[in-house]
Amino acid sequence: MAYTLLINGESHELDVDGDMPLLWAVRDHLNYTGSKFGCGMAQCGACTMQIDGQATRTCVLTVAAAEGRNITTIEGLQSPQGQALQKAWVELQVPQCGYCQSGQIMSATALLEQNPSPSDADIDTAMSGNICRCGTYSRIKQGIKLAANAVRDNEGAA
Amino acid sequence: MKASRFQSQDHIDTGRRQFLKLSAATGAGLTLGLNLTTRASAQAADSPALQFNAFVNISPDNTVNVYIKHLEMGQGVYTGLATCVAEELDAAWSQVKCEHAPVDTEKYANLFMGQQATGGSTAIANSFTQMRQAGATARAMLVAAAAQRWGVPASEISVSEGQVSHGSHQASFGELAVEAAAQNAPAPEAVSLKDPADFTLIGREDLVRKDEGKQNGTAVYTQDVQLPGMLTAVVAHSPRFGGRVKSFDASKALQRNGVEQVFEIENGVAVLAKDYWTAIKGRELLEIEWDDSAAETRSSGTILSQYRELVDEPGIVAEREGDVASQLNQGDSVEAVFEFPYLAHAQMEPMNCVAKVDGQRAELWYGCQGATSDQMAIAQLLGGKIEDVKIHTVFAGGGFGRRANPFSDYVLEAVRVARGAQGKPVKLVWSREDDMQAGFYRPAFVHKLSAAVDDQGMPTAFQARLAGQSIMMGTNMESMSVVDGVDNASVEGLVHLPYQVPNRQVEVHNTQAGVPVQWWRSVGNTHTAFSKEVFIDSLARKAGQDPVEYRLSLLKHNPRETAVLKLAAEKAEWGSRKLPEGWGRGVAVHTSFGSTVAEIVDVSVQGTEFKVERVVAAVDCGIAVNPNIIRAQIEGGIAYGLSAALADEVTLTDGNVDQTNFHNYRVLRMNDMPEVEVHILPSGNAPSGVGEPGTPPVAPAVANALAAATGQTLTRLPLRLT
Repeated sequence: MAYTLLINGESHELDVDGDMPLLWAVRDHLNYTGSKFGCGMAQCGACTMQIDGQATRTCVLTVAAAEGRNITTIEGLQSPQGQALQKAWVELQVPQCGYCQSGQIMSATALLEQNPSPSDADIDTAMSGNICRCGTYSRIKQGIKLAANAVRDNEGAA
Repeated sequence: MKASRFQSQDHIDTGRRQFLKLSAATGAGLTLGLNLTTRASAQAADSPALQFNAFVNISPDNTVNVYIKHLEMGQGVYTGLATCVAEELDAAWSQVKCEHAPVDTEKYANLFMGQQATGGSTAIANSFTQMRQAGATARAMLVAAAAQRWGVPASEISVSEGQVSHGSHQASFGELAVEAAAQNAPAPEAVSLKDPADFTLIGREDLVRKDEGKQNGTAVYTQDVQLPGMLTAVVAHSPRFGGRVKSFDASKALQRNGVEQVFEIENGVAVLAKDYWTAIKGRELLEIEWDDSAAETRSSGTILSQYRELVDEPGIVAEREGDVASQLNQGDSVEAVFEFPYLAHAQMEPMNCVAKVDGQRAELWYGCQGATSDQMAIAQLLGGKIEDVKIHTVFAGGGFGRRANPFSDYVLEAVRVARGAQGKPVKLVWSREDDMQAGFYRPAFVHKLSAAVDDQGMPTAFQARLAGQSIMMGTNMESMSVVDGVDNASVEGLVHLPYQVPNRQVEVHNTQAGVPVQWWRSVGNTHTAFSKEVFIDSLARKAGQDPVEYRLSLLKHNPRETAVLKLAAEKAEWGSRKLPEGWGRGVAVHTSFGSTVAEIVDVSVQGTEFKVERVVAAVDCGIAVNPNIIRAQIEGGIAYGLSAALADEVTLTDGNVDQTNFHNYRVLRMNDMPEVEVHILPSGNAPSGVGEPGTPPVAPAVANALAAATGQTLTRLPLRLT
């Protein structure tokens, strides 16, 4: 059956089963491969995208449920928070293997968009659904704080 | 923007001294074809890269390309190896780019192994001189070309930050590239390397890791490789190890729209479909009857209880010094039994591999770690020649040992599936459940440690008896690791004890089980460091001595462990920093892969719950090529080891693996991560490993901290207070 998906502001027609998880539609059929497959049951966060601004595990969200909603993938990340996070990730050399980092950044972006000054506990709560087996957690936390500061400084200057 | 991007490189043709860089630009909806790997893109044709040696190309556009012979799986080899090249080349860091080298054993062997492979924390250690020589010889060719062009003596030419100069003459590498590449390459021994005092890149704190596109989703992993006409395959494996397909019915699966093919391969039934989701749904519709006549049907509890009986009996002697038996029979003795479960690697990217097979020829795209061994295994399977197996290496989403399988398990599975796909490229994908349940694991072990102590509480005799499966026996690594029935990978860390004990004996029982086992970040040290360091703490407590002081008194002839332990103790303010009520502090020190790491851990305890609050680590890994990456590796090694200390465990019930995914195979998450500090001991010695040595000390340091806080000595992993 045909579905229309709105991804990074662009509309895509797609003929797949409605029960296909959004992750696979996006990866296998639309060639946005930045979002990763890690578990298939919303346990690891590697597939995280923003759906209407909320960090969402797309390995369990069906195409049928995603239709008509605003989908943002790592490729379309443009908010000041998202960009500040990407910059902080490079500056602090957060990624190791990097496979989980698209998902980490998508979860962190949603956090900063909703909470411009998260505490350590806020960060733990928002990010504990994203696994990193390389163990970059300390740098992720530092990166979120660095990005939060950068966004606040920017807004203060503007 | 769409992210279908795939970079590949073709072979390096030394005959033509020309390297065709084949990368395709990102484009909307572009699916990159196999044809792109056989012709240069327009961009590359404008600026042909010129080959200086197997590791260095320089383009007229001033790009220095470094070919990385090891797999980049997060440990930072791109940056580390490129730093060594750029240092001696006197290149500007910004002009250096990295690519994985092709699989070509003659050019790209790991110098410690004689085959192209990444492992044993050897990437920097075996490449340090080789990469510097590659940079220095390329520099000599640039200088020779400049001398020729300007008619000046080569000895008067200077090179800095990618600029070659003499008096008023100046040229970039790019401007000299064509003439320089035509110079005779000097022998590596003929060029002199810098005095470490003159290093400008090696050791720099602020050297930024090469941009690998990991912050914006453009980094390409196996999972991201797309080829025209490609099918995605999943395989139904036997639920029990050693089980075989007795019969299967694919009729329902084949009715599912998008399922293209179903067929039996050696170790299961393959389902090939237009995409992953369809393949998975197709697999759910298979009806398979398994033949378990040769399968492992025991539970892990049964296996471990057999090991516990075995360690009461003498095993094969791995090390014997003095007379342990008579010492243990007289005087005061201490004994402890330790237990370690099977562990899954659980790297974030589940096993996968893209393969295209045409008769005896194969082309593969994956995070290739055991390069030579995989290439040979594929050639053997197809009955073809080594050179007919072409491997493109892409980034790996974590490895921790899993991707270099001694039997090339997942790689041969992909080749077997692709062989049945009538020439179409196939992406084999394991689900997380496949990855968790199909092996291979860190072997389960039981240790029994015994010591006799004198009236000062110092050990006069030490005995270790181990029972567990050998990783190396029956593999192509056996001759490297197994001597007289003793697999070094089983006993490393307990033999050649750093602590001075006059009488020592280490024995091992090589057990048989149908559970497939493999190296897991730090291999034997994953268990030997734990029993050794928890046991030494028990001895210190029995002697009424401080654990750091007790260790130092047994390390008087070991200046390296002494220095590292002292550095960690100083930085953690051991003995002087007051801990909050209910907290405990523990220490462990261990040498593996040529490096010594000491870790001091603070834990807070509430009832039977505890949290690891802080880890202070000190490391001696020789010359620190990139201190920031070293710290990252030790931080990551600690996190990986901590995961096993707190949670990881694979168990079997009647031969079936109980764990399926991250909800029941618990791993470390953000909220469990302690504050970590890493201190690097200054050193002028050759670089040694950093990928693995951070892992072994953390679990015993946590156990020792818990013992300090609660009085409970924990001897089983994962750690549970009662």
